[in-house]
Amino acid sequence: MFILKVFNILESDKLNGVHMFEIHADQIAQKFNQRIIFRDISFKIKSGHSLVFLGPNGSGKTTLVRVICQLIRPTKGKVRFFRNDEEIKQDQIYPFLGLVGPYLQLYNSLTALENYEFFAKIRRQPVDVNHFKKLMGRMGLAGREMDELRTYSSGMLHRVKYVMALIHQPEILILDEPTSNLDEKGAEIVYEIMEEQRRSKILIVATNEPEEIKFGEEQIRLAS
Amino acid sequence: MAKNRFGLLRSAHIVFQKDIHLEFRTRYSINAILMFAITTLTAISFSIGPMNLRSEVLSPLLWILLFFSSMSGLSHIFVREEEQQTADTLRLVTSPASVFLGKWFFNIVLLFGLEVIIVPLFLAMMGAGVEGIWIFLLILFIGSIGLASVATIIAAIISQASAKGALFAVVSFPISLPILISGIHGTRLAMDGVQFSDCLSDLQVLISFSIVIVTLSLLLFEFIWRK
Repeated sequence: MFILKVFNILESDKLNGVHMFEIHADQIAQKFNQRIIFRDISFKIKSGHSLVFLGPNGSGKTTLVRVICQLIRPTKGKVRFFRNDEEIKQDQIYPFLGLVGPYLQLYNSLTALENYEFFAKIRRQPVDVNHFKKLMGRMGLAGREMDELRTYSSGMLHRVKYVMALIHQPEILILDEPTSNLDEKGAEIVYEIMEEQRRSKILIVATNEPEEIKFGEEQIRLAS
Repeated sequence: MAKNRFGLLRSAHIVFQKDIHLEFRTRYSINAILMFAITTLTAISFSIGPMNLRSEVLSPLLWILLFFSSMSGLSHIFVREEEQQTADTLRLVTSPASVFLGKWFFNIVLLFGLEVIIVPLFLAMMGAGVEGIWIFLLILFIGSIGLASVATIIAAIISQASAKGALFAVVSFPISLPILISGIHGTRLAMDGVQFSDCLSDLQVLISFSIVIVTLSLLLFEFIWRK
């Protein structure tokens, strides 16, 4: 139920890149009604590093992910984002953030291409159909660009979520149960993406899969 | 600052475009409002028969029709996002203010579009004449913006609740009362063909109420939108 680890992985700086991103989580706690989900979670992570949230079902991994992505407000504490040591305002974080999780859905009545156009435009990215087709191809969805998402299987929907999360090449990629609903081939593609992301950007993963845990340099273990 | 404002309007426009696209693909709100309005209009028309109603009765009938028709469809703009679990996706890609403005504008356009069909149909079926057509259209225009503003913020609130359908009209009605009262009064005067200056107080109420609702909504929306 409570925290287990407070740490800092800022000490080793792997990158010489122009833009260095950091996330500072400070004493985060979350309570639903009177039930404490977790408390006193603190960490700092910067570009070129990765972090894994572990814990049994109901331990609050997804809630912690949602707090970090600012989908819900924490009961206590604060999550702050920095670019080159300058704090990014809450309403300016969207172009840098990518999230894939089972609870995030896309617009099923729109085609994959229409979904892409919406997400590219709202993130202030140029609409580049070739880039989109390349991503669809990488995720094994080539040729399905013009199909409405309601015709996709659950595994294909999960793959297309990766396409939408990666179109803007996010500096911070957060994956909640990254390979749920995916077959072996799909999981391999996701592992490649995770490997690429953690090399120069920030990767945060919430999982219990041993294959996925090894992508995190550091771990936060939540207890039930 | 100006760049931020422009960015906000641009994002709101993209949300609006997406909602228009989705609406034309599914036609849920258009069908709900149109079916409700036509059924109600037919029922009123049959119950009244050949009677010629005065503006004191026609004006409330028109606004009751507009209010309940809009209640049958305008909540869908937020309910759809919550029910299809796309609300979190939207929260992740743009600011709450852009979402509110985009959806508010969608509701205004939807209501205007339906009024283009409903109002002439109402006037024709009731055999009603409008002496001051420009004042009538102005009252309708500003009143609809007010109705759409109330509907949008209440839709955002009730989309988080379990009994969405029942709650929407119940919560919206008391908040919409100033619009309904001034709208009904102003419409009656417009039908009777009075001078513009006689309708000024109703227009003032409609305009100031709409401004207050939109300002409050923009201030409060973030707390409603982010759980």
